[in-house]
Amino acid sequence: MASPGQRQILAAALLQRAGLWRAAEERTRRLAAAGADDAVEAARLAEDYRLLAHDLARARVLLPQSRTREYLERAYGGVHVELHQGAWRLRSILWKLLREDIPQTTRWLLPYIAWTTLIFVLAALAGYALIARYPDLIALVAGPELIASVEHGKLWTEGLLNVVPSSVLSVQILANNIVVSLFAYCAGFLFGLGTLYIIGLNGFMLGAVFAFVRQHGLAEQLAGFILPHGCVELSVMCLSGAAGAAVGEALVRPGPSGRMESFRAVALRSGVMLCACAVLLIGAGLIEGFISPNPRFGLPARVLIGVGYWLCMLALLSGRPWRAYAFWPQTRRD
Amino acid sequence: MSELSTGLRVPSATGIEVSLPIAGPGARSLAFIIDWHVRAIVALGWYVCAALLYNGHWSLAAPASNEARWFGAVVLPAMAIYFLYHPVVELAMHGRTPGKRSAGIRIVTRHGSPAGVGPLLVRNVFRVIDSLPVFYGLGLLLVLWTRDSVRCGDMAGGTLLVYERTGLTSASPEAAAERVGRLDAAGAEIAADLLERWPELRPEARVRLARALLQRYLGSAAELGDAAELEWRARIERLARAR
Repeated sequence: MASPGQRQILAAALLQRAGLWRAAEERTRRLAAAGADDAVEAARLAEDYRLLAHDLARARVLLPQSRTREYLERAYGGVHVELHQGAWRLRSILWKLLREDIPQTTRWLLPYIAWTTLIFVLAALAGYALIARYPDLIALVAGPELIASVEHGKLWTEGLLNVVPSSVLSVQILANNIVVSLFAYCAGFLFGLGTLYIIGLNGFMLGAVFAFVRQHGLAEQLAGFILPHGCVELSVMCLSGAAGAAVGEALVRPGPSGRMESFRAVALRSGVMLCACAVLLIGAGLIEGFISPNPRFGLPARVLIGVGYWLCMLALLSGRPWRAYAFWPQTRRD
Repeated sequence: MSELSTGLRVPSATGIEVSLPIAGPGARSLAFIIDWHVRAIVALGWYVCAALLYNGHWSLAAPASNEARWFGAVVLPAMAIYFLYHPVVELAMHGRTPGKRSAGIRIVTRHGSPAGVGPLLVRNVFRVIDSLPVFYGLGLLLVLWTRDSVRCGDMAGGTLLVYERTGLTSASPEAAAERVGRLDAAGAEIAADLLERWPELRPEARVRLARALLQRYLGSAAELGDAAELEWRARIERLARAR
C-alpha cells in the first residue's frame, strides 16, 4: 500500500499523461467519422486502447472519485467500441445469408413450420366448414362489397386492373403482406399467442371465403386467381408464423440461459427467416399485381407460375443453388 | 459518476473492465424526436418537390386517376424514406442516426461492440411491437421499467444505447496536472474544477465552495476571514498555482 505522499506523486505522474489521452480520444473520433483504411492508424488505436486501459486502472486506484477517472472511463469505452467494430462487407453478408444462414434457419425451424402449417390448415378447414353450414356468418370475415360482388356472380378481383394499375397494386399488396408477416413474427413476443392468432385468423378467413365463393359457383375462378401468387404467399405466412412461434417458445420455455437471453438468441436466429420472407413477398406481390388479375393468363400458365415460384422458394430455403459454387465474391476478386 | 456505476460493464482483452454509461429514456426520447423530425421533413420535402415537378405547376394534388408514375415517383419514395429511415441510416452509420448523434448516444451490443446487420434489423423489426398501442407507448414503458432502459427491439436484438461522448472537456485533466502542487491530486482537481465552473455558479455558491476548499488546505474558517467574491477566486488561483 502506497503512502499518501507516494500516492500524490503517482497521481501527479498520471495526470501528466493527459496529452496522450487527448490524442487517443482525437484519433478515436477521427476513425469513428472516417473509418480506418490505414493499418498504421488502426494499430495506433490498439496501442491507445492499451495505454488507456493502463492509465484507467491506475486512476481507479489513485483517483477513484475524480473527473479524471470519469474522463478516462469514457475515453477507454469509446476506443473499445471503435476497436471492436467489425468490417461490413455487404456482398459477403448476402452470400453467407443465402448459402448458410437461410438454409440453417429453415432446418432449425422445420418443426415450427410443420406445426404452424397444421394450425393454418385446420383454421382454414374450420372456416370452410362454418361458412358451408352457416353462410350468413360470412359477414364476420368479409366486407359488404365482397359479399355483394360474389352474390352477383362476380369475383371482386375481376376488372381490378381497370381500377388500379398493376405496379401500384403490386406495391400495395407486397407492402401489406410484408407488414402482416412482420406482425406474425413480432407477435411471438406475446408468448406466441399473437402469432397463433394471426395465423389462425388468416387461415380461417381463407377457408371461409372459399366456402362462400363455392356456394356461388366461383371457387374455380378464385383458385385460378390465387394459384400464381398464393402458393408462395401462404407458405411465407406459415414461415413467418413459424419464426414467431419459435420466439414465443423461447419466452414460454426459456431454458437454462434465462428468458431474456433465450428470447434474444431465438429472435436473432429466427429473424433471418424474415429476410427470405421479404424477398419472396416482393416476387409474390409482383405476380399478384401483374399476373393474377390479368385474364390473358390461362389456368396452365397460372399453375406453371405458381408451382415454379414455389419451387424457387424451396431452392432459396434449401440453399442448394448456391452450394455448388465457391465463395465467389472472394474468388472473383482474385 | 453515478452514471458510470450503473452503466454496462464488459470485460476486455486488456483485463480492465470497460464501463459504458447507458442512455436513459430522456436521451432516447430526444434522439427519437430529432430523428422523427428529420425523416418527416425529408419525406415531406421529397413529396412536395416531386409533386411540383410531376404536376408542372403549383399544385400538390394527386391525379384524379390512379397513375403508376405518380405512385412510383412521388408517393413510394416518400413512404420509403419515412418507413425505412431507421434501419437504413442505422446500418449506414454503424448504429448511429442524426438524432442519436445529437443526443450523444449510439447502439452497441451487450459486449460493448457496435451492433452488426442482424441485431440492427431485428431491433427495427420489433418497432411494430414497441409502437403499440400509439406513439411508442409500449416501448417507452419498457424503457422506463427495465434495468438497462431497453425496449422490446433492444431485447430481441441484444442491443443497448450508450453515451458515446465523454461529456467532459479534455482540458480538465491537463489543467489538474498543471496545478498539482501544495494540493494533493484530488484537491488540485477540485480547484481546477471550481475555477472552470466559477462563471456558472451563483455568488453564494462560489464563496461557500471556495471557503470550504481553502479551509481544508490553508487553515480554519476564522483565519480565512471574510472577503469579496473576487478575492475568493484570487485565493483559489493562488492555491492552485502554488508549488
